[in-house]
Amino acid sequence: MDTQINRLPASTGLYVDHNESITFSFEGKNYTGLAGDTIASALAANNVWLLSRSFKYHRPRGVMSMAGLEADTLVQLDGEPNVAADRRKITPNLQVSGQNYNGSLEKDKNANMGAFSKFMPVGFYYKAFFRPKGIWQKFWEPVVRKRAGLGKIDFNSPHSYFDKCYKFCDVAVIGSGPAGLSAALIAAKAGTEVILIEQESLLGGSLNYSRFDAEGKVASATRNELLEAVVAQPNIEVLTNAVCNAWFADNWLPIIQGNRMYKLRAKEMVLASGKMEQPAIFHNNDLPGILLGSAAQRLIRLYAVRPGQRAVILTANDDGYATALDLLENGVEIAAIADLRPSPIATPIYEQINNNGVSIFAGHTVYAAAARSDKNHIQSVELREIIGQGQCKNESKHFDCDLLCVSIGFTPTYQLALQSGGKISYDDETARFSISQLPKSFHLAGAVNGFNKLSSLLDSGNQTGKAVCDNLGLDTKGITSQQTMSSTSNTYGNHPWPIFPHPKGKEFVDLDEDLQYADIVNACKDGYSEIELVKRYSTVGMGPSQGRHSALATARLVANETQRSVAEVGVTTARPPFRAEKLGVIAGRSFEPERLTAIHHRHKELGAQMITAGVWWRPGYYGQPKNRDQCIRDENLVIRNNVGLIDVSTLGGLEVRGPDAAEFLNRMYTFAYAKQKIGMSRYLLMTNPAGTIIDDGVACRFSDEHFYVTATTGGVDNVYRTMLWWNTQWRLDVDITNVTAAYAGINIAGPNSREVLHKVCNDIDLSPEGFPYLAVREGTVAHIPARLLRVGFVGELGYEIHVPASQGEALWDALLEVGKEHNIQPVGIEAQRLLRLEKGHIIVSQDTDAMTTPQEVRMTWAIAKKKPFFVGGRSLQLIDNHPSDRKLVGFIIEASQNESPKESNIILDGNNIVGHITSVAYSPSLNKIIGLAFAKADTEPGMQISIKLSSGMVIQAQVVEMPFYDPENKRQEM
Amino acid sequence: MKILNCPLNGPRNISEFICFGEVTDMPNPNELSDEQWADYMWMSNNTAGVVREWWCHAATSYWFIVERNTITDEILKTYPANEIFKERVEF
Repeated sequence: MDTQINRLPASTGLYVDHNESITFSFEGKNYTGLAGDTIASALAANNVWLLSRSFKYHRPRGVMSMAGLEADTLVQLDGEPNVAADRRKITPNLQVSGQNYNGSLEKDKNANMGAFSKFMPVGFYYKAFFRPKGIWQKFWEPVVRKRAGLGKIDFNSPHSYFDKCYKFCDVAVIGSGPAGLSAALIAAKAGTEVILIEQESLLGGSLNYSRFDAEGKVASATRNELLEAVVAQPNIEVLTNAVCNAWFADNWLPIIQGNRMYKLRAKEMVLASGKMEQPAIFHNNDLPGILLGSAAQRLIRLYAVRPGQRAVILTANDDGYATALDLLENGVEIAAIADLRPSPIATPIYEQINNNGVSIFAGHTVYAAAARSDKNHIQSVELREIIGQGQCKNESKHFDCDLLCVSIGFTPTYQLALQSGGKISYDDETARFSISQLPKSFHLAGAVNGFNKLSSLLDSGNQTGKAVCDNLGLDTKGITSQQTMSSTSNTYGNHPWPIFPHPKGKEFVDLDEDLQYADIVNACKDGYSEIELVKRYSTVGMGPSQGRHSALATARLVANETQRSVAEVGVTTARPPFRAEKLGVIAGRSFEPERLTAIHHRHKELGAQMITAGVWWRPGYYGQPKNRDQCIRDENLVIRNNVGLIDVSTLGGLEVRGPDAAEFLNRMYTFAYAKQKIGMSRYLLMTNPAGTIIDDGVACRFSDEHFYVTATTGGVDNVYRTMLWWNTQWRLDVDITNVTAAYAGINIAGPNSREVLHKVCNDIDLSPEGFPYLAVREGTVAHIPARLLRVGFVGELGYEIHVPASQGEALWDALLEVGKEHNIQPVGIEAQRLLRLEKGHIIVSQDTDAMTTPQEVRMTWAIAKKKPFFVGGRSLQLIDNHPSDRKLVGFIIEASQNESPKESNIILDGNNIVGHITSVAYSPSLNKIIGLAFAKADTEPGMQISIKLSSGMVIQAQVVEMPFYDPENKRQEM
Repeated sequence: MKILNCPLNGPRNISEFICFGEVTDMPNPNELSDEQWADYMWMSNNTAGVVREWWCHAATSYWFIVERNTITDEILKTYPANEIFKERVEF
């Protein structure tokens, strides 16, 4: 049984396939629609107009724009709330229900909320819920929460796949109506790469549903002509079902198409987004069956749906008469036309309606609409003659109807233009918004710029296309456009005051938020005159439609109440997104770079637990997580008693070469390097201009003019950048290169390290005299060219071997192989951190913070005071005269404690916080808990400090001399 | 996202760059009193209008100069730092 009583014959309906029926359900009842139908159009074909209940008063609501612009068409799908019924296509067995009702959609138990509207004045929430104290949390919040929101979220709804795609083009054209198409064609013919973005499934914009002439033929003829030309143009890429949801600086455009977000960078941007038809404001202007004229046209031409049986038209422009012609041609009776203008302009379209004998009431408005007995649809309207701004005579004329089409004006679809910095102004003569002060590469074309007639829309598109080409430096002289240029431009017909207050109210300014005429007026009377404040006080424009249908009326009302011009009042800031977007579209996947050392795979094979260190992955320890502490202790003892391998490839490496290399290091670091011996290394401490420690490392001098400089894993990029910044100003004769990625590094450490190394290194004298502590050498290890550094970070005899990264794995394998007879073991960075803590070596940024000076960590020995300059030197001089009130001290606690201190536990002096623990661990060599902490500056070895543990308990720790292990440093100098 | 025209790498997304604040003439610190040095260190001009700024293209660690209007955020000009820093600096 075909119940689609409003379905028009197959000669119309651009989006639907008359040969393919689809069954779906709404509110538990099955309906049949056509493939291509939206939920709303399919229901309209079945004469179902009630879609939802309004947010505050639970009033019955249906479609108004058929363009997915308003909250009233939001419906609930299985697992997906707030779906625009006039946008989402039906699919077989789709289950749809209305939203925001109590009981049934048709008989909402909360429908009487409207009766309380007098007791819910504007600002009600601010006025009502704050007294007495505590009443909000106890009483109101649970009540309001239950009523707030529209759809229902299904927390079990399945996850979907979302992704991103980058695109670049010369010209992005947003909107494919007559203006967008003609602009795109001009730009493409001039040779640019164009991307044409259309939110509907078909190109054409208003050409697909509007009527531009009395005969009703020019739109489709123009459409066919333009689309053929677009198809013939290979350099126009078309994205349909795609919405440009924001404008960001320099035409950086998020284009959302399904579950994908294109990030499009366009050199030039053409906004041809068209216009949004506006509702009129009168009593019961929200009833289902009251449509914008363009919505009726969309139903007819896009979906083959007759919007009603008997219509009244409220208009103030030619578009209303064009709608009337469309209705007549499709079998809808016209009961009356109310024209707000005292004397309508006799255009050809007007004349044709007039000749048809339709009753036209000039200078009249719809003063009120009345609902049928079930209250769910319009039944009649009341016309009155206008005698002044918003004022009518008392006499009424009543007309029965099931459809009211409203065409009283438009606003430009201005959101993206305003996001780009455009300013909105208002012309009192044409009663419309216009946009100016756009960026140079941002162009308006067509209705968004105020044009209305087809010839002027095409003309505007052509001219915009040429302006785009001018900006790109392209010649457009030889390019023919689709239409001859018309000399006259025109703007769309806006009535300046389609607003008629009623003694019984319910003349809605904002349908999303159920705001009536009086609410806006009273917000002004309550003292809110700025539009942004009126918005926050009244909530106007805060709903899902974001003021698309309320901004113009609100601006007019506020201007009128505050005796200012509409331009002065303006509209609230238009922020992204243009249309509601799913979080998945924004979230998607992120790009997190990670770096692996040359030996990474070997660590994994050896069962390492990998941990991150900045962007690097490093082996934490080798073994099962359940044995973590034991693994770290064992690895610690491998280094202390035998020999181990530590991958130190992540350490920063910088080559500093040139006649000024030593002078440069002298300026960059606190120590002195001019007289550093070739073949020796020296500690490096870097401070920033304020004297704060920012990095450390060693400088290895391989020749007079060549230093190999190490830096911390996390600090090297900044060190390198900082070095370049300074030398950009100093212009010293030095060349600085970041070679971190070029080298792999392995620290072979432990008392047996020399013996193991000796087996694979024959060209360097490894004896304590030939290669003493702190010396550096170049040679080969396992036939691999290598730099060897005798440094003491872990406090044992050891050699850091730096080789080309490509040879890192081979070196690792070779050392493990020859170390077998000594039972050599790999050692992770957890053990390395413990080893260095036992030696009291600080880790910059763990044991220092953004304020730490060398003085505070007792490293003034690393400052060369006689140098004329180093970065931070002047500040350190100054700081010398203002001693710090804290310093870093070493402490020990007996290992038998029930609760161990943790890093960041605070140090107390009485009740005052004086510092915190920066490093703490159990030392197997000492069988004690050892740590570093900031304490009061006068703290000395032998004293106690108070540590507040995580549990809140305060314990005492003994301050000791450092290092904790091997105080005479004999082991590293073996 | 804005585009910044790097003198070395051409126009790139501004997320590839680091702004390092206004270009100031580095005084010889040894000739300044503590007060003068503290003023140089900690007091920035925060100019409203056209300023010369240090910018660095992070991926290539290339430092250059940007002339930018801090009121409109309009980038007027970008050029290599050696147009300002021409001489070797001695202390």
